[in-house]
Amino acid sequence: MEEHTMGKFQLITKGLIKENPTFVLLLGMCPTLATTTSAINGMSMGLATLFVLVLSNMAISLIAPYIPDKVRIPSYIVVIATFVTLLQFVMQAYVPDIYETLGLFIPLIVVNCIVLGRAEAFANKNSVVDSACDGLGIGLGFTLSLTVLGLVREILGSGSAFGFKFIEGDGILAFVLAPGAFLALAYLIVIFRKLTSRKAE
Amino acid sequence: MAEFAIIFISAIFVNNILLSQFLGICPFLGVSNKLSTAAGMSMAVCFVITLATVVTYLLNMLLAAFGLEFLQTISFILVIAALVQMVEIVLKKISPALYSALGIFLPLITTNCAVLGVALTVVTKDFNLGEATWYAFSTSLGFGLAMVLFAGLREQLALNNVPKAFRGIPIALVTASLLAMAFMGFSGLV
Repeated sequence: MEEHTMGKFQLITKGLIKENPTFVLLLGMCPTLATTTSAINGMSMGLATLFVLVLSNMAISLIAPYIPDKVRIPSYIVVIATFVTLLQFVMQAYVPDIYETLGLFIPLIVVNCIVLGRAEAFANKNSVVDSACDGLGIGLGFTLSLTVLGLVREILGSGSAFGFKFIEGDGILAFVLAPGAFLALAYLIVIFRKLTSRKAE
Repeated sequence: MAEFAIIFISAIFVNNILLSQFLGICPFLGVSNKLSTAAGMSMAVCFVITLATVVTYLLNMLLAAFGLEFLQTISFILVIAALVQMVEIVLKKISPALYSALGIFLPLITTNCAVLGVALTVVTKDFNLGEATWYAFSTSLGFGLAMVLFAGLREQLALNNVPKAFRGIPIALVTASLLAMAFMGFSGLV
Protein backbone atom coordinates (compact mmCIF):
# COMPACT_ATOMS: atom_id res chain seq x y z
CA MET A 1 0.00 0.00 0.00
CA GLU A 2 1.21 3.40 -0.98
CA GLU A 3 0.75 5.84 1.88
CA HIS A 4 0.21 9.54 1.40
CA THR A 5 1.64 12.08 3.78
CA MET A 6 -1.29 14.46 4.08
CA GLY A 7 -3.52 14.92 7.12
CA LYS A 8 -7.29 14.57 6.89
CA PHE A 9 -7.84 18.32 6.77
CA GLN A 10 -5.34 18.72 3.95
CA LEU A 11 -7.04 15.91 2.05
CA ILE A 12 -10.28 17.85 2.14
CA THR A 13 -8.85 21.30 1.33
CA LYS A 14 -6.52 20.30 -1.51
CA GLY A 15 -9.51 19.74 -3.80
CA LEU A 16 -10.55 23.36 -3.42
CA ILE A 17 -7.48 25.04 -4.89
CA LYS A 18 -4.36 22.95 -5.48
CA GLU A 19 -6.09 20.03 -7.18
CA ASN A 20 -9.29 21.77 -8.16
CA PRO A 21 -10.90 19.32 -10.61
CA THR A 22 -12.39 21.98 -12.87
CA PHE A 23 -9.89 24.83 -13.03
CA VAL A 24 -6.61 22.95 -12.55
CA LEU A 25 -7.11 19.32 -13.59
CA LEU A 26 -9.76 20.13 -16.22
CA LEU A 27 -11.71 16.95 -15.56
CA GLY A 28 -15.43 16.33 -15.88
CA MET A 29 -15.88 19.03 -18.49
CA CYS A 30 -19.19 17.76 -19.90
CA PRO A 31 -21.36 18.32 -16.81
CA THR A 32 -19.33 21.45 -16.02
CA LEU A 33 -20.35 23.10 -19.27
CA ALA A 34 -23.80 21.61 -19.66
CA THR A 35 -25.41 22.04 -16.25
CA THR A 36 -24.14 25.46 -15.17
CA THR A 37 -26.92 27.49 -16.73
CA SER A 38 -27.65 28.84 -13.24
CA ALA A 39 -25.93 28.79 -9.85
CA ILE A 40 -28.52 26.43 -8.37
CA ASN A 41 -28.20 23.95 -11.25
CA GLY A 42 -24.42 24.00 -11.02
CA MET A 43 -24.53 23.45 -7.28
CA SER A 44 -27.00 20.55 -7.58
CA MET A 45 -24.82 18.85 -10.16
CA GLY A 46 -21.78 19.33 -7.93
CA LEU A 47 -23.55 17.88 -4.90
CA ALA A 48 -24.83 14.91 -6.90
CA THR A 49 -21.28 14.16 -8.03
CA LEU A 50 -20.03 14.64 -4.45
CA PHE A 51 -22.51 12.04 -3.23
CA VAL A 52 -21.33 9.43 -5.74
CA LEU A 53 -17.68 10.34 -5.27
CA VAL A 54 -17.66 9.86 -1.49
CA LEU A 55 -19.64 6.60 -1.55
CA SER A 56 -17.75 5.04 -4.46
CA ASN A 57 -14.38 6.06 -2.98
CA MET A 58 -15.31 4.36 0.31
CA ALA A 59 -16.63 1.20 -1.36
CA ILE A 60 -13.68 0.88 -3.70
CA SER A 61 -11.22 1.41 -0.90
CA LEU A 62 -12.90 -1.50 0.95
CA ILE A 63 -13.03 -3.97 -1.93
CA ALA A 64 -9.84 -3.02 -3.80
CA PRO A 65 -7.60 -5.64 -2.09
CA TYR A 66 -9.90 -8.43 -3.32
CA ILE A 67 -10.17 -7.37 -6.98
CA PRO A 68 -7.72 -8.92 -9.47
CA ASP A 69 -5.69 -6.20 -11.12
CA LYS A 70 -6.80 -7.04 -14.66
CA VAL A 71 -10.50 -6.48 -14.10
CA ARG A 72 -10.25 -3.54 -11.76
CA ILE A 73 -11.52 -0.82 -14.13
CA PRO A 74 -14.74 -2.67 -15.09
CA SER A 75 -15.30 -3.50 -11.42
CA TYR A 76 -14.91 0.15 -10.43
CA ILE A 77 -17.35 1.16 -13.14
CA VAL A 78 -19.92 -1.30 -11.82
CA VAL A 79 -19.50 0.07 -8.28
CA ILE A 80 -19.85 3.64 -9.52
CA ALA A 81 -22.86 2.77 -11.69
CA THR A 82 -24.56 1.18 -8.69
CA PHE A 83 -24.22 4.36 -6.64
CA VAL A 84 -25.38 6.46 -9.57
CA THR A 85 -28.53 4.31 -9.86
CA LEU A 86 -29.05 4.78 -6.11
CA LEU A 87 -28.64 8.53 -6.56
CA GLN A 88 -31.21 8.49 -9.37
CA PHE A 89 -33.75 6.85 -7.04
CA VAL A 90 -33.03 9.31 -4.21
CA MET A 91 -33.30 12.33 -6.49
CA GLN A 92 -36.48 11.08 -8.16
CA ALA A 93 -38.04 10.67 -4.73
CA TYR A 94 -36.97 13.87 -2.98
CA VAL A 95 -35.97 16.46 -5.61
CA PRO A 96 -37.84 15.49 -8.80
CA ASP A 97 -37.59 19.05 -10.24
CA ILE A 98 -33.80 19.14 -10.08
CA TYR A 99 -33.65 15.58 -11.40
CA GLU A 100 -35.75 16.70 -14.36
CA THR A 101 -33.54 19.75 -15.06
CA LEU A 102 -30.21 17.93 -14.87
CA GLY A 103 -31.70 15.08 -16.90
CA LEU A 104 -29.19 13.06 -18.85
CA PHE A 105 -26.23 14.30 -16.84
CA ILE A 106 -27.18 12.39 -13.70
CA PRO A 107 -26.73 8.92 -15.28
CA LEU A 108 -23.66 10.29 -17.03
CA ILE A 109 -21.88 10.66 -13.67
CA VAL A 110 -20.91 7.03 -14.36
CA VAL A 111 -18.49 8.15 -17.06
CA ASN A 112 -17.33 11.30 -15.25
CA CYS A 113 -13.55 11.02 -15.30
CA ILE A 114 -13.27 12.64 -11.85
CA VAL A 115 -15.01 9.71 -10.14
CA LEU A 116 -13.10 6.96 -11.93
CA GLY A 117 -9.92 9.01 -11.64
CA ARG A 118 -10.13 9.23 -7.86
CA ALA A 119 -10.89 5.51 -7.61
CA GLU A 120 -7.83 4.66 -9.64
CA ALA A 121 -5.48 7.30 -8.28
CA PHE A 122 -6.41 7.34 -4.60
CA ALA A 123 -9.15 5.08 -3.24
CA ASN A 124 -7.64 1.75 -4.29
CA LYS A 125 -4.51 2.29 -2.22
CA ASN A 126 -5.71 4.20 0.83
CA SER A 127 -7.87 3.59 3.89
CA VAL A 128 -11.65 4.06 3.96
CA VAL A 129 -11.60 7.24 6.05
CA ASP A 130 -8.89 8.85 3.95
CA SER A 131 -10.72 7.91 0.75
CA ALA A 132 -13.92 9.44 2.09
CA CYS A 133 -12.03 12.66 2.93
CA ASP A 134 -10.46 12.70 -0.52
CA GLY A 135 -13.86 12.22 -2.16
CA LEU A 136 -15.33 14.95 0.00
CA GLY A 137 -12.49 17.35 -0.85
CA ILE A 138 -12.54 16.79 -4.60
CA GLY A 139 -16.36 16.79 -4.56
CA LEU A 140 -16.45 20.11 -2.70
CA GLY A 141 -13.94 21.59 -5.14
CA PHE A 142 -16.10 20.46 -8.04
CA THR A 143 -19.28 21.80 -6.39
CA LEU A 144 -17.65 25.15 -5.67
CA SER A 145 -16.33 25.53 -9.23
CA LEU A 146 -19.69 24.61 -10.74
CA THR A 147 -21.50 27.03 -8.45
CA VAL A 148 -19.12 29.88 -9.35
CA LEU A 149 -19.39 29.13 -13.07
CA GLY A 150 -23.18 28.86 -12.77
CA LEU A 151 -23.33 32.12 -10.83
CA VAL A 152 -21.28 34.00 -13.44
CA ARG A 153 -23.40 32.66 -16.27
CA GLU A 154 -26.63 33.38 -14.41
CA ILE A 155 -25.64 36.96 -13.57
CA LEU A 156 -24.56 37.73 -17.13
CA GLY A 157 -27.16 35.62 -18.86
CA SER A 158 -30.35 36.31 -16.98
CA GLY A 159 -29.51 39.10 -14.54
CA SER A 160 -30.16 37.08 -11.42
CA ALA A 161 -28.21 35.24 -8.73
CA PHE A 162 -29.42 31.98 -7.13
CA GLY A 163 -32.83 32.70 -8.66
CA PHE A 164 -33.18 36.25 -7.26
CA LYS A 165 -33.60 38.71 -10.09
CA PHE A 166 -31.84 42.04 -9.65
CA ILE A 167 -31.86 43.40 -13.20
CA GLU A 168 -35.06 44.18 -15.06
CA GLY A 169 -35.47 42.41 -18.38
CA ASP A 170 -33.18 39.86 -19.99
CA GLY A 171 -29.42 39.51 -19.73
CA ILE A 172 -27.03 38.45 -22.46
CA LEU A 173 -28.83 35.33 -23.63
CA ALA A 174 -25.68 33.81 -25.17
CA PHE A 175 -24.28 33.20 -21.68
CA VAL A 176 -27.09 30.80 -20.86
CA LEU A 177 -26.56 29.03 -24.19
CA ALA A 178 -23.58 26.99 -25.39
CA PRO A 179 -21.12 29.73 -26.49
CA GLY A 180 -21.30 31.47 -23.12
CA ALA A 181 -20.48 28.22 -21.33
CA PHE A 182 -17.17 27.87 -23.17
CA LEU A 183 -16.35 31.57 -22.85
CA ALA A 184 -17.17 31.88 -19.15
CA LEU A 185 -15.14 28.77 -18.32
CA ALA A 186 -12.17 30.04 -20.37
CA TYR A 187 -12.09 33.36 -18.50
CA LEU A 188 -12.59 31.73 -15.10
CA ILE A 189 -9.61 29.42 -15.73
CA VAL A 190 -7.50 32.43 -16.71
CA ILE A 191 -8.51 34.34 -13.57
CA PHE A 192 -7.89 31.25 -11.43
CA ARG A 193 -4.42 30.81 -12.96
CA LYS A 194 -3.56 34.48 -12.39
CA LEU A 195 -4.64 34.34 -8.76
CA THR A 196 -2.87 31.08 -7.90
CA SER A 197 0.37 31.97 -9.72
CA ARG A 198 0.55 35.26 -7.80
CA LYS A 199 0.10 33.32 -4.56
CA ALA A 200 2.95 30.98 -5.49
CA GLU A 201 5.31 33.89 -6.08
CA MET B 1 -37.62 9.49 -45.99
CA ALA B 2 -38.22 13.10 -44.94
CA GLU B 3 -37.98 12.04 -41.31
CA PHE B 4 -34.54 10.60 -41.89
CA ALA B 5 -33.40 13.82 -43.52
CA ILE B 6 -34.70 15.84 -40.57
CA ILE B 7 -32.91 13.58 -38.07
CA PHE B 8 -29.74 13.91 -40.13
CA ILE B 9 -29.72 17.73 -40.35
CA SER B 10 -30.82 18.22 -36.77
CA ALA B 11 -28.24 15.83 -35.31
CA ILE B 12 -25.32 17.28 -37.25
CA PHE B 13 -25.99 21.00 -37.31
CA VAL B 14 -28.82 22.09 -35.04
CA ASN B 15 -28.22 19.92 -31.98
CA ASN B 16 -24.55 19.24 -32.52
CA ILE B 17 -23.47 16.79 -29.85
CA LEU B 18 -20.32 18.70 -28.91
CA LEU B 19 -21.28 22.31 -29.41
CA SER B 20 -24.82 22.35 -28.11
CA GLN B 21 -25.30 19.19 -26.05
CA PHE B 22 -21.86 19.16 -24.39
CA LEU B 23 -21.34 15.42 -24.66
CA GLY B 24 -17.85 14.07 -25.29
CA ILE B 25 -16.01 17.26 -24.37
CA CYS B 26 -13.00 15.32 -23.01
CA PRO B 27 -11.78 14.04 -26.40
CA PHE B 28 -12.89 17.35 -27.94
CA LEU B 29 -10.35 19.21 -25.79
CA GLY B 30 -7.93 16.33 -25.30
CA VAL B 31 -7.09 14.98 -28.73
CA SER B 32 -7.80 17.99 -30.95
CA ASN B 33 -4.22 19.24 -31.19
CA LYS B 34 -3.63 17.57 -34.52
CA LEU B 35 -6.00 17.17 -37.43
CA SER B 36 -5.01 13.56 -38.11
CA THR B 37 -5.58 12.34 -34.54
CA ALA B 38 -8.87 14.22 -34.40
CA ALA B 39 -10.00 12.48 -37.57
CA GLY B 40 -8.93 9.09 -36.20
CA MET B 41 -10.78 9.66 -32.96
CA SER B 42 -13.91 10.74 -34.86
CA MET B 43 -13.86 7.59 -36.95
CA ALA B 44 -13.52 5.37 -33.89
CA VAL B 45 -16.32 7.23 -32.09
CA CYS B 46 -18.57 7.04 -35.14
CA PHE B 47 -18.09 3.29 -35.32
CA VAL B 48 -18.64 2.65 -31.62
CA ILE B 49 -21.61 5.01 -31.14
CA THR B 50 -23.54 3.46 -34.02
CA LEU B 51 -22.82 -0.10 -32.94
CA ALA B 52 -23.44 0.59 -29.23
CA THR B 53 -26.76 2.27 -29.95
CA VAL B 54 -28.04 -0.70 -31.92
CA VAL B 55 -27.06 -3.10 -29.12
CA THR B 56 -28.38 -0.96 -26.26
CA TYR B 57 -31.61 -0.29 -28.16
CA LEU B 58 -32.24 -4.04 -28.35
CA LEU B 59 -31.12 -4.51 -24.76
CA ASN B 60 -33.56 -1.83 -23.65
CA MET B 61 -36.42 -3.74 -25.30
CA LEU B 62 -35.41 -6.73 -23.21
CA LEU B 63 -35.23 -4.64 -20.02
CA ALA B 64 -38.60 -3.07 -20.76
CA ALA B 65 -40.17 -6.50 -21.23
CA PHE B 66 -39.26 -7.34 -17.65
CA GLY B 67 -39.93 -3.83 -16.27
CA LEU B 68 -36.30 -3.32 -15.32
CA GLU B 69 -35.68 0.09 -16.90
CA PHE B 70 -33.90 1.34 -13.78
CA LEU B 71 -31.02 -0.93 -14.71
CA GLN B 72 -30.39 1.10 -17.90
CA THR B 73 -27.38 3.04 -16.63
CA ILE B 74 -25.51 0.09 -15.19
CA SER B 75 -26.28 -2.37 -17.99
CA PHE B 76 -25.58 0.10 -20.81
CA ILE B 77 -22.16 1.03 -19.52
CA LEU B 78 -21.24 -2.64 -19.13
CA VAL B 79 -22.41 -3.45 -22.62
CA ILE B 80 -20.50 -0.50 -24.04
CA ALA B 81 -17.32 -1.49 -22.20
CA ALA B 82 -17.60 -5.08 -23.39
CA LEU B 83 -18.43 -3.97 -26.91
CA VAL B 84 -15.42 -1.70 -27.16
CA GLN B 85 -13.21 -4.53 -25.94
CA MET B 86 -14.75 -6.89 -28.49
CA VAL B 87 -14.44 -4.44 -31.38
CA GLU B 88 -10.79 -4.07 -30.49
CA ILE B 89 -10.19 -7.83 -30.61
CA VAL B 90 -12.17 -8.33 -33.82
CA LEU B 91 -10.53 -5.41 -35.61
CA LYS B 92 -7.08 -6.66 -34.64
CA LYS B 93 -7.84 -9.96 -36.38
CA ILE B 94 -9.84 -8.78 -39.39
CA SER B 95 -8.39 -5.42 -40.31
CA PRO B 96 -4.98 -4.68 -38.79
CA ALA B 97 -4.74 -1.51 -40.88
CA LEU B 98 -7.89 -0.01 -39.40
CA TYR B 99 -6.88 -1.28 -35.98
CA SER B 100 -3.57 0.53 -36.04
CA ALA B 101 -5.30 3.65 -37.39
CA LEU B 102 -7.83 3.72 -34.54
CA GLY B 103 -5.32 2.20 -32.14
CA ILE B 104 -5.14 4.03 -28.86
CA PHE B 105 -8.49 5.77 -29.33
CA LEU B 106 -10.61 2.66 -28.97
CA PRO B 107 -10.06 1.96 -25.25
CA LEU B 108 -10.53 5.65 -24.49
CA ILE B 109 -14.03 5.55 -25.91
CA THR B 110 -15.48 3.50 -23.04
CA THR B 111 -15.39 6.54 -20.80
CA ASN B 112 -16.48 8.92 -23.55
CA CYS B 113 -19.79 10.22 -22.31
CA ALA B 114 -21.01 10.74 -25.87
CA VAL B 115 -21.50 6.98 -26.30
CA LEU B 116 -23.50 6.45 -23.13
CA GLY B 117 -25.23 9.79 -23.68
CA VAL B 118 -26.50 8.88 -27.13
CA ALA B 119 -27.55 5.40 -25.96
CA LEU B 120 -29.55 6.90 -23.09
CA THR B 121 -31.07 9.64 -25.28
CA VAL B 122 -32.22 7.24 -27.96
CA VAL B 123 -34.30 5.11 -25.59
CA THR B 124 -36.19 8.18 -24.32
CA LYS B 125 -37.18 9.14 -27.87
CA ASP B 126 -39.84 7.36 -29.87
CA PHE B 127 -37.49 5.83 -32.41
CA ASN B 128 -37.74 2.51 -34.17
CA LEU B 129 -34.53 0.56 -34.71
CA GLY B 130 -33.82 2.12 -38.12
CA GLU B 131 -34.33 5.68 -36.88
CA ALA B 132 -32.28 5.01 -33.76
CA THR B 133 -29.35 3.72 -35.79
CA TRP B 134 -29.61 6.63 -38.20
CA TYR B 135 -29.78 9.12 -35.32
CA ALA B 136 -26.69 7.60 -33.72
CA PHE B 137 -24.81 7.65 -37.01
CA SER B 138 -25.78 11.27 -37.77
CA THR B 139 -24.88 12.38 -34.26
CA SER B 140 -21.45 10.84 -34.53
CA LEU B 141 -20.95 12.52 -37.90
CA GLY B 142 -21.74 15.79 -36.13
CA PHE B 143 -19.12 14.87 -33.55
CA GLY B 144 -16.62 14.27 -36.35
CA LEU B 145 -17.44 17.54 -38.08
CA ALA B 146 -17.02 19.65 -34.94
CA MET B 147 -13.89 17.73 -33.99
CA VAL B 148 -12.19 18.20 -37.36
CA LEU B 149 -13.14 21.89 -37.62
CA PHE B 150 -11.86 22.49 -34.10
CA ALA B 151 -8.60 20.61 -34.70
CA GLY B 152 -8.01 22.66 -37.85
CA LEU B 153 -8.50 25.87 -35.88
CA ARG B 154 -6.21 24.71 -33.10
CA GLU B 155 -3.44 23.83 -35.54
CA GLN B 156 -3.52 27.42 -36.75
CA LEU B 157 -3.74 28.67 -33.19
CA ALA B 158 -0.52 26.91 -32.23
CA LEU B 159 1.35 29.26 -34.58
CA ASN B 160 0.14 32.38 -32.83
CA ASN B 161 1.51 34.21 -29.85
CA VAL B 162 -1.10 33.81 -27.14
CA PRO B 163 -0.98 35.64 -23.75
CA LYS B 164 0.61 33.40 -21.14
CA ALA B 165 -2.44 32.87 -18.95
CA PHE B 166 -4.52 31.88 -21.98
CA ARG B 167 -2.13 29.24 -23.28
CA GLY B 168 -3.45 25.72 -23.63
CA ILE B 169 -7.04 25.05 -22.66
CA PRO B 170 -8.41 28.60 -22.11
CA ILE B 171 -7.71 29.79 -25.66
CA ALA B 172 -9.09 26.49 -26.95
CA LEU B 173 -12.28 27.16 -24.98
CA VAL B 174 -12.55 30.66 -26.46
CA THR B 175 -12.20 29.11 -29.91
CA ALA B 176 -14.85 26.53 -29.05
CA SER B 177 -17.11 29.35 -27.91
CA LEU B 178 -16.82 31.09 -31.29
CA LEU B 179 -17.42 27.80 -33.08
CA ALA B 180 -20.51 27.17 -30.92
CA MET B 181 -21.74 30.66 -31.76
CA ALA B 182 -21.35 29.88 -35.46
CA PHE B 183 -23.31 26.66 -35.03
CA MET B 184 -26.07 28.59 -33.25
CA GLY B 185 -26.78 30.10 -36.64
CA PHE B 186 -28.27 26.75 -37.63
CA SER B 187 -30.89 26.80 -34.88
CA GLY B 188 -34.41 26.98 -36.20
CA LEU B 189 -33.34 25.21 -39.38
CA VAL B 190 -35.63 22.25 -38.76
